[in-house]
Amino acid sequence: MKLEARIPEGPLDQKWTKYKSSVRLVNPSNKRNIEVIVVGTGLAGSSAAASLAEMGYKVKAFCFQDSPRRAHSIAAQGGINAAKNYMNDGDSTYRLFYDTIKGGDYRSREANVHRLAEVSASIIDQCVAQGVPFARDYGGLLDNRSFGGTQVSRTFYAKGQTGQQLLLGAYSALSRQIGKGNVKLYNRHEMMDLVVVDGKARGIIARNMVTGEIESHSGHAVVLCTGGYGNVFFLSTNAMGSNVTAAWRAHRKGAAFANACFTQIHPTCIPVSGDHQSKLTLMSESLRNDGRIWVPLHKEDAEAIRAKKLKPTDLPEERRDYYLERRYPAFGNLVPRDVASRAAKERCDAGFGVNATGEAVYLDFASAIMRYGKTAATVQGLHNASEDQIRELGTKVVEAKYGNLFQMYEQIVAENPYKTPMMIYPAVHYTMGGLWVDYELMTTVTGCYACGEANFSDHGANRLGASALMQGLADGYFVLPYTIGNYLADEISTGAISTNTPEFQEAEKAVKERLAGFFKTTGTETVDTYHKKLGKIIWDYCGMARSKEGLEFAISEVRKIREDFYKNVKVPGGMTGVNTELEKATRVADFIELGELMCLDALDRNESCGGHFREEFQTEEGEALRVDDKYSYVAAWEFSGDPSAPKLNKEDLNYENIKVQQRSYK
Amino acid sequence: MSNGNMNLTLKVWRQSNSTAAGKMETYQLGGVSPDMSFLEMIDMLNEQIIRKGEDAIAFDHDCREGICGMCSMFINGEAHGPNRGVTTCQLHMRSFKDGDTIYIEPWRAEGFPVVKDLMVDRAAFDRIIQSGGFVSVNTSGRTMDANAIPIPKDDADKAFDAATCIGCGACVATCPNSSAMLFVSAKVSQFALLPQGHPERKERVLNMVKQMDAEGFGNCSNIGACEVQCPKSISIENIARMNREYLSASVKPEN
Repeated sequence: MKLEARIPEGPLDQKWTKYKSSVRLVNPSNKRNIEVIVVGTGLAGSSAAASLAEMGYKVKAFCFQDSPRRAHSIAAQGGINAAKNYMNDGDSTYRLFYDTIKGGDYRSREANVHRLAEVSASIIDQCVAQGVPFARDYGGLLDNRSFGGTQVSRTFYAKGQTGQQLLLGAYSALSRQIGKGNVKLYNRHEMMDLVVVDGKARGIIARNMVTGEIESHSGHAVVLCTGGYGNVFFLSTNAMGSNVTAAWRAHRKGAAFANACFTQIHPTCIPVSGDHQSKLTLMSESLRNDGRIWVPLHKEDAEAIRAKKLKPTDLPEERRDYYLERRYPAFGNLVPRDVASRAAKERCDAGFGVNATGEAVYLDFASAIMRYGKTAATVQGLHNASEDQIRELGTKVVEAKYGNLFQMYEQIVAENPYKTPMMIYPAVHYTMGGLWVDYELMTTVTGCYACGEANFSDHGANRLGASALMQGLADGYFVLPYTIGNYLADEISTGAISTNTPEFQEAEKAVKERLAGFFKTTGTETVDTYHKKLGKIIWDYCGMARSKEGLEFAISEVRKIREDFYKNVKVPGGMTGVNTELEKATRVADFIELGELMCLDALDRNESCGGHFREEFQTEEGEALRVDDKYSYVAAWEFSGDPSAPKLNKEDLNYENIKVQQRSYK
Repeated sequence: MSNGNMNLTLKVWRQSNSTAAGKMETYQLGGVSPDMSFLEMIDMLNEQIIRKGEDAIAFDHDCREGICGMCSMFINGEAHGPNRGVTTCQLHMRSFKDGDTIYIEPWRAEGFPVVKDLMVDRAAFDRIIQSGGFVSVNTSGRTMDANAIPIPKDDADKAFDAATCIGCGACVATCPNSSAMLFVSAKVSQFALLPQGHPERKERVLNMVKQMDAEGFGNCSNIGACEVQCPKSISIENIARMNREYLSASVKPEN
C-alpha cells in the first residue's frame, strides 16, 4: 500500500486557496448524472449530503436511526470553535491552527489543520444564515466562551445544546434537498459492506432494519460520515447505536485505518453508578470556564467523604487541593482534556477520590456563583446585599448559562449541583483515530471518502474541545464538496452503475452468510455480555494508561473473546423484520476486531502523546513523553485478511511551519 | 450505588410488525436498582427474555441523555412517564416503588404507525420539515458575516427555546386529537422570530400546515397536555404564534 497524502505545493496559508482555484470541476449537466452515496447523517453527513445536492449531484443518504436528525452530533453540548476574533482577544487563523496542532500533541497534518482553521469562520456565517440560534449578548451580537487548551474565547454556543442546534441546521438543509428530490433518504438502514469494482468504491450493501432485507445501492462515490468508535469500550458518552461497522467494513475492503489507539477520555463525565449502567453522560467542558476541580488535600478527609461522614461543602478551603490550578497555573482548570483526565486519574489512584467507588473528583461552582452574584448585585445597586442574596443572584446567572446541564446532572445523580459540588470522572468520548484519508479526504480505496470523526486527519493524538463540530461541518460544507469533484470529473461518462454485477452479488451473499452465522450457534450468552467483557479489557489496558505487558495481555484476551463470541453468542429471532439483537451482534463483531487493532497500534507506539499514555514513557513530573525522532508518523494499518496480523504503513509527519516542542500548559 | 432490590410487574405492548395484532404481555422482573434509568431496566428485562430464547422487546433509543428524541414510551398512560421535563431515558427507577405494576405502550397516533413492539414510525415529522422547515440558503462560504445583523437577545432566546424541540412526538402521543401543532409551531416560531426566516415565512407556515394535515394529525383544541408532557417544555405560546403566522399568510395578498 502506498500512502500519498497529496498535499498541494506552496506556502501553508495559500495551499487551500490555490487548490480550490485549480481543482477540476464537473459541469452542472454532468452532475445530474452522477450519484453519491453518503452514509451517516450527523454534522459531517448531513452537511455533505445537503451541499452535494445543492451543487447538483444526485445523493443517496443513509442513517440507521429513524430520522437523520437523531445522529449523535445532536448530543454535543459545549460549542464550536471559529477564528472570528469577535472578542478582540488576539485570535487568528494561525492561532487556531497552532492551538490545534499543539493540542493534538504534534501528531496531525499541518496542511489539513490549517485548512480547518481557514474555513472555520465560514461555518459560523453559514449556520447563522440557516437560522441557527446561537447565544447572543444584550447588543444582539454573537457571544463566545473559552474551552480547554486555548487562551482566547473563540467558542460559539447555544446553551449546552450547540450540537443539537448545528445538527438541526444541517438537517434542515438536508430536508430541503430531500423535499426537492435531490437526496433520497434511506432511514433505518445500516451499511453492512462496501462494494469495490475494478479498484473503485461503487456502492454499499445495506440492511433495511425494518424488513430485514439486504439491499445493494450503487453510486459513483461513497462518502462515509459514520462517526467514531468510542463504543468499543461499551461504556462511553456515545449513543447506544454509534458503531464502527461501516468504517470497519471499508477497512476490510482496503481502506487503511489510522492511529486506532488515539482515543479521547473526557475529564468531566458523570461517574459510573453500578453494573447496570448502559452509557455515560458528559458534563460539557464549558463548565470548566466556571467550575473549579478539586479533591480533599488530606486522605483522611477523602475517606470521611467516601464514608459519608463529611460533606464537601463543610471542608474549608485550606483542606482542598485544586490540583489543576496547582499543577498548571497558566491554563488552570482549562488544560486540554487528556491532561485533565490523567490528573484526575492520578489523584483518584492515589486515594483521594470522593465517591463510594473512589473514582470521582469535584467540579465546584460555589465560587463562580458568588462571583457572578456580586457582579449582579452591583449592577442592581444592592450594595449591602447579604451572602444569601448574592448566592441567589449568582445561581440565576449560572442557571442561565448551564441550566440544562445542571438539570441533566440532577436527574441522573439525584443531587443538586447548585448546592453541592458535582462529582465527575473521565470517560471515553471521542476517537481521533479513524480511516486514513489524503488531503482530499479520500481513503486508500479510490472513490471512498471519510469525513468528520470517521477520519483520522485533524486532531492528532488529542482533540481540543469544540473542535469536533468544527471539523464535521468543515468537511461536509466546505472541503468535500470541492475535493470530490476532482475525482468525479473522471466519472462523467461512466453512466449509471448497475448493481446487477458479480461484485454486488458476491458482497450481498457474503453479508447474508455472515448474518445467518449468528443464528447457527448453540450458545446462550447475550451480545451485551461480550460487549461488556470487551469494553472492560480495552478500558483497563488501552484506556487512560497503557503498558507493554498490559497491551499484550489485552490482545490475547480479545482474541479469546472473539473466538468465544462466534461460538456462544445467542441471537434470538431471524433475518427478517426488526431484530435489534442481530444489529448489535454485527456491530460487536466488528468492535472486537477493532479492539485488537487498537491494542496493536498502542503497542507499536513506544511513546506517550496526547490521549495515548504509555506508562513507560513519561517525564519526571508524570507528563506525556513523546519520542519524535521515531514516532512522528501516522500509523495506517492495512487489513491483511487476518484481524490479528494487520500490516503497518507509515506516513511521516513533517512540520515546516511549527516548531515541534514539549507541550506545556504550566 | 446500585443495590437492586425492587420487584416489578411489567405489562408491555408486544406487536411483531406493523400489520400484526398486538397485545399486552406480562413480565416479572426482580433485582431492579433505583439508580437504573428506565431503559436500563428494559435492557435488564431483555437480557432475561433473550436468555429464554425469546424475541427481545424492540424499542427506540439512542443517545440516552435526553437529546436525540428517539425514545418514545407511553408509561402508565403518560408520554415519557410520570416526571416532567425529561425523556424516558432520563427517567430513573427511583421514581417507582418496589411492587409496582408498570404499563408500557408505544405512542399511539394515526400519524405514527407501530413498526414493532414499542417502536413507531415518525417519518411524518421529517416530511413536515421537508415541506418548509428550513431557510433556503445554499452552502457557499459567501454568506454575510455572522454579526452583520444584530438580533435582539430576547428574540434569539425565544427562537432557541422553540428550537430545542427534539422531535420525539410526545406532544402527538399525549394529545386526544393526535395533533402535531406543538412540533410544527416550534419550527415555525424559531424562523418567524429570526430575521433569516422572514423572506419565506408565509410560504413556510402554509406548506408545513398543509403537510401536517396530509399526514393525518388532528387539530389543536387548546387542551395544553402537549406542553405539560413535552420533555423540553416547549410552550404552547408557539401554537398561538403559528396561528397568527398562518392567519396573516392566508388573508394578506401576496404583495
